[in-house]
Order: sequence, then C-alpha cells, then structure tokens
Amino acid sequence: MRMTGAQALVESLRREGVEVIFGYPGGAVIPIYDVLYQEGFRHILTRHEQAAAHAAHGYARSTGKPGVCIATSGPGATNLVTGLATAYMDSVPVVAFTGQVATTLLGRDSFQEADITGITIPITKHNYLVKKAQDLPKVIKEAFYIATTGRPGPVLIDIPKDVSTGLLDYDYPDKVDLPGYKPTYNGNSRQIKNAAQAIKEAEKPLIYAGGGVIISGAEQELLRLAETIQAPVTTTLMGLDAFPGNHPLSLRMLGMHGTAYANYAVSEADLIIAVGARFDDRVTGRVDAFAPRARIIQIDIDPAEIGKNVAVEIPIVGDIKQVLGELLPLLSPRQHPDWLAQIEAWKKKYPLTYNKEGGLIPPQMVVELLSELTGGDAIICTEVGQNQMWAAQYYNFLRPRSLITSGGLGTMGFGFPAAVGAQIGNPDRLVVDIAGDGSIQMNIQELATVATYDLPVKIIILNNGYLGMVRQWQELFCERRYSATLLQNPDFCRLAEAYGVKALEAKKPEEVASVLKEALAYPGPVLVNCHINPEENVMPMVPPNAAIQDMLGVEES
Amino acid sequence: MRHTLAMLVANNPGVMVRVAGLYSRRGYNINSIAVGETEDPSISRITLVVEAEDETELEQITKQLYKLIDVIKISDITRDKAVERELALIKVHCGPGNRSEILQIVDIFRAKIVDVSQEGAIIEVTGDTDKIEAILSMLKPFGIKEIARTGKVALVRSAAGR
Repeated sequence: MRMTGAQALVESLRREGVEVIFGYPGGAVIPIYDVLYQEGFRHILTRHEQAAAHAAHGYARSTGKPGVCIATSGPGATNLVTGLATAYMDSVPVVAFTGQVATTLLGRDSFQEADITGITIPITKHNYLVKKAQDLPKVIKEAFYIATTGRPGPVLIDIPKDVSTGLLDYDYPDKVDLPGYKPTYNGNSRQIKNAAQAIKEAEKPLIYAGGGVIISGAEQELLRLAETIQAPVTTTLMGLDAFPGNHPLSLRMLGMHGTAYANYAVSEADLIIAVGARFDDRVTGRVDAFAPRARIIQIDIDPAEIGKNVAVEIPIVGDIKQVLGELLPLLSPRQHPDWLAQIEAWKKKYPLTYNKEGGLIPPQMVVELLSELTGGDAIICTEVGQNQMWAAQYYNFLRPRSLITSGGLGTMGFGFPAAVGAQIGNPDRLVVDIAGDGSIQMNIQELATVATYDLPVKIIILNNGYLGMVRQWQELFCERRYSATLLQNPDFCRLAEAYGVKALEAKKPEEVASVLKEALAYPGPVLVNCHINPEENVMPMVPPNAAIQDMLGVEES
Repeated sequence: MRHTLAMLVANNPGVMVRVAGLYSRRGYNINSIAVGETEDPSISRITLVVEAEDETELEQITKQLYKLIDVIKISDITRDKAVERELALIKVHCGPGNRSEILQIVDIFRAKIVDVSQEGAIIEVTGDTDKIEAILSMLKPFGIKEIARTGKVALVRSAAGR
C-alpha cells in the first residue's frame, strides 16, 4: 500500500501492538503528529521530553510491554537523552522516535539539528538514522525486536522530516534478519549440572537476585529455587519486587544501604547464586572483600555481565526463567538448619530500625505506613536519593513489577514521570511516587500532565529541605559542610493547587496516617507534602570503599 | 599484550564509530584499525590491533563488542597462523648522492619506488609490522619527510587451525 513515512510509522506501531505513546511535538515531527491526530492514536502529552522518556520507561517496567516516546529534532531529541540513559542502565525496552531535519539539510548545522544518533550510541542498545522512507517498516520492526528481546534496552529511530513526508510501498516484515544479534536463551546444560552439584555441596548457600528476574518473569522459579534448597534470598534494588519481602527466607536488600543481615550473609556464605544481577559497585562495596568465602554461580542473559566485576566459577548464560526451569528438576530438597539459625539470629539482633522520638516525622515511618495501608499492593515509583533508599528499606514489596526506580543511572526527577507512565499502563492500580523535595522539582511540570489526564498518581514528598543524600555524605565525610545542599523550596501544596492538583500536608508524626489515608482514598491525583526530620540519615550504610560487612549505623536491638 | 582481532560486521553507516567509540568509552586502546568491504558487500571486515592487559580484559572487550548489533563475528587471531600485512608510503630525501643506496634497500625489502623527483622519492612497502619498522629504520638516516601507514589487515591461512 502506498503511504507516507509518517503513516507507515503509525501503522507499524499498530502492528507492534502499541496502544499509547508519550511525547512532545515540534517542527520536525509535525507530519507524524498530523497522522497521530487523524488516526486518533493515543498520545500522552508530557510537559518535557525527558518526562516522555521516563513515562515510556515507567509504562514498560510496570506492564512488561515496550514503552514508546517521541520528540522533535535538536533540543527535543537531546531532552530524551537522560531518559534513554536511564532506560539503558536498567535494561528497559523503550523505543524512541525523534524527528530530524530533512536529509537535504543534514550536517549543515540547520535549525534544531542535533546528531542524536551519534549522541545516543553509548546509551542505546541500538539506534537508526532512517534516510529513505522505504526503510521505515524494516527499521521499526528491528527496533521493537531488539528493544524487547535478549537483555532489553532502549532503541532510538531518528526520522528526517522528508522521510516522514516521503512515500513508500508499505509492507511490514514478519521477521527480522540480524546476523549479528542472536541472544542466548538456553543455558549450557553442563554448567547447569555443575551448578546443581555446587548447590548440593553448599552448606551456606545464598541467592542474590536482581532485576533480571523481573524482566524474565521468573519470580515463581526463584521462589521454588529458594524453598527447595532452603537458601535465603537477598535482592538488589532492582530485584526487590522479585521476591516477597515478607517471606521467611527474605533478607531484603544488600549493599550500601542494605540490611546488616543481608551483608553479613554475603560475607559468610559458601555459595552465592547470582540470578539476573550484575555485581554493581553499590552492591559489592570493596570488591576484593566481597563474598570472600563463596563459590559463585552467575546466571545472566548478557554474556558481558559474566565475570565483569567479580570472578565467577560457574557462569550460565541464558534466560533466567528457562535456566531455572532446567536447574530445578536437578535439585533435591536441602536443609541448612545451622545456617538459617545464624541468619535468624542476625535478623533479630540487627533489624532495620529508626528513631521514632523527637516529635519530627521519621521518613521511614511514612514509608512503613504506606506499605501497611496499601498492603504492599501499590506500584511504587521513587525519585533518587534518601527517598529511594527509605522506600527500598521500608516498603514491603510483595509482587513483581511493583517497584519502578532508577537503579543504575540514579536519575533524579525519574519517579514522577515514571509514575505517569505506570498509571497509564495500569489504570486500575494504585501508583505512588515516593519523592524528595529536591528530585520532585526536576520534573515538577508533570503536575500539568496528571491534571490534564486526571491520572490518580499519589506523590508523597519526604520533604527535609535538603538534597538529603548528599547532605548525609557531607555530614559523615565533610564535617557537616553543607555545600549547596540546603534548598529554599516553594510551597509545594500551593504549587500543586495552581496546577489543579489536590494537596495535603503532614507536619507531625500523628498526622501522617490520616493524611496518607485521605490521599490514597482520593480518586484523583494528590500531592502530599510530608515535613520530615531534616537531618535523618539512611542507615545502615557501607562507607565508600569499605567491605560490605563493615557498616555504619548498625544498631543491636 | 597486543592482540589482533578479525571482525566481521554489517556494512552499515557508522559501524566504525560504534566499534571505536566502544573502545574509548570503556577505557581500552586501539593500536590500529583497518576496515573494508568483504566478498559479500553487506559485510565488512575490521582488523583491529588492540592492547589488553590480560585474558580477562580481552574477553570483556570482546563480549562488549559482540553486544553491538552490527557485529557478526570476532576472532582473536593473534596466535593463529595468519597472513598479516600493513602498507606504508614513505617519502624520503633522495638525491644523486644516495639514490643507488636507497634503491638497494628498496630491493632488499622487495619494496617499490612509486614516485621520484630531484629531491625525493616515495617508497611503497608491504609487509608485517616488523618489516615496515625495519625498512623505516634503514631509511631514517636519509631523512624521512612523511609517512602514511595503513592499519594491519589479516586473514587466517586456509589450512591452519589453532
């Protein structure tokens, strides 16, 4: 069928099952927006392109489907960069379309021209500059395939204006031909046998699970593995929702702000089974002191993750669900009463704890209450910093795809637009953004988006008037020289109201429960401004370059 | 240690940038890079000479390269029986006094004089890295004006395994 590039784009989105795109129009994408309008394709107008990328990310993470965003050339495209880098670091399938100046103007420093394919090579799984309209269907097919298969990641397609207006004979391919791209899904059976043997020999096994479990949809297999071999499970930030936080075998998060008992378990374990986790520096602390007594099995779909940071004895490259599916039948039930008793003793002696005295709101209490009130059933998005760590420590995640946080890149301003995407993808679920007063201001303009589409996102600002995490480091390591971390903030409630968003405020500990209840019960968007203890720290903490068992702020109960 | 990597890549625009950029941003060094179309016009061959501290580093960079969608195959042919060639064009001072001496050197190295004038000559030489280095050191006393050198290209011999 004869059609324009823009029509081919929208038709291809339909073929890929895309239901919604997040974006912001501009000169170079006017032909595409014209087709979106004529076809009635669902488009969510964010108020900044970065928010469109984060929203596509939040949509993808919360639904398991690819998220799609669109921006114009030049500044529109460069505004996507942070969002693409965020998605790349957390392996999220986002397909981004950017407009580009016409092919005849390329390379001439034309108005709103930026070399976005050049700029995004290091932060996309792959990208394309389409020079002929006829190539669009093939490129879009490949982009969705690459974004969603193997280790997922963002793919960008740059479309010059004369390509979106140019004519082509439309034929959407049903297969891709990519000789250089063949992800490995099935694990090597010899290595799987070796893993089974190592598990049989282990007396102090520990499972270290990451975001790969969620991506692969392997939560059930992970649960069966843990229960069969009676191994405690600690997770990364990205894997917190991969294993129920209330399970007796759960050690919650490890690493810099992990639980003391998780970190002690890593240091004592004789076998670590890494499942879809990448031994990030925030997890390992000083890497040569990490898991000194353990043999290591690592299961990951990305061969480049194997042995990247930590030497691995038994590597298994493959899809986690498939590999665990092959491993489980080789395992017989195991018991490690002494090991589990030791873990239980650590849990009792060194629980996560915080100061409830002093008349100021402890941020941890806000998250704990939220966890109770929602029954662990909300989709929690976070910003980055202390708010993110308190959310990780004190929210009891019970189901997969319920935590949307920027784990790898650590992008402030991520949570709120991600919540927009998560709410669009899950209209019937409760979506909460746990925010800080610093982070929320990085994409606060999205109040207009939630107001426009009446998205019932709940924003809970843990407001301490500081860039809290940096302030904490300055307190601990710079003798309290609070360089550029004290914030003069707007009145968040009046700001929300100016956008037409309901606002609530809590100033005392005893107000928190009722304010949260009111916010959660309200059918539309709400901003809750919680004035928390301004100098509360995230504890425990592994100081920089320390071994993970050497934590600050571990208190005996 | 120096390694020679033979890569087959999709002949797409920007593939060189993707390969070279990956090296620099992950902190690795490229000594030389040569690229050209293969017998199949949709595929190019890149010959890379790289520095790697140990096997682990080389393995990591190889895996990272494989993650590029355009990369089809990578072989470390450092220890293979391979034919390896570089080409250099060397412009030397060459007057009536030393022309015959230079010609002799050119002969010994089975090189060629491809341009000659009153003051100088351009010598074309092909060979492995050692040979190029050797002729350069022989010509140095005469005064080298300019050099243009390709990266290394290499093919594993037909009847050679590892």
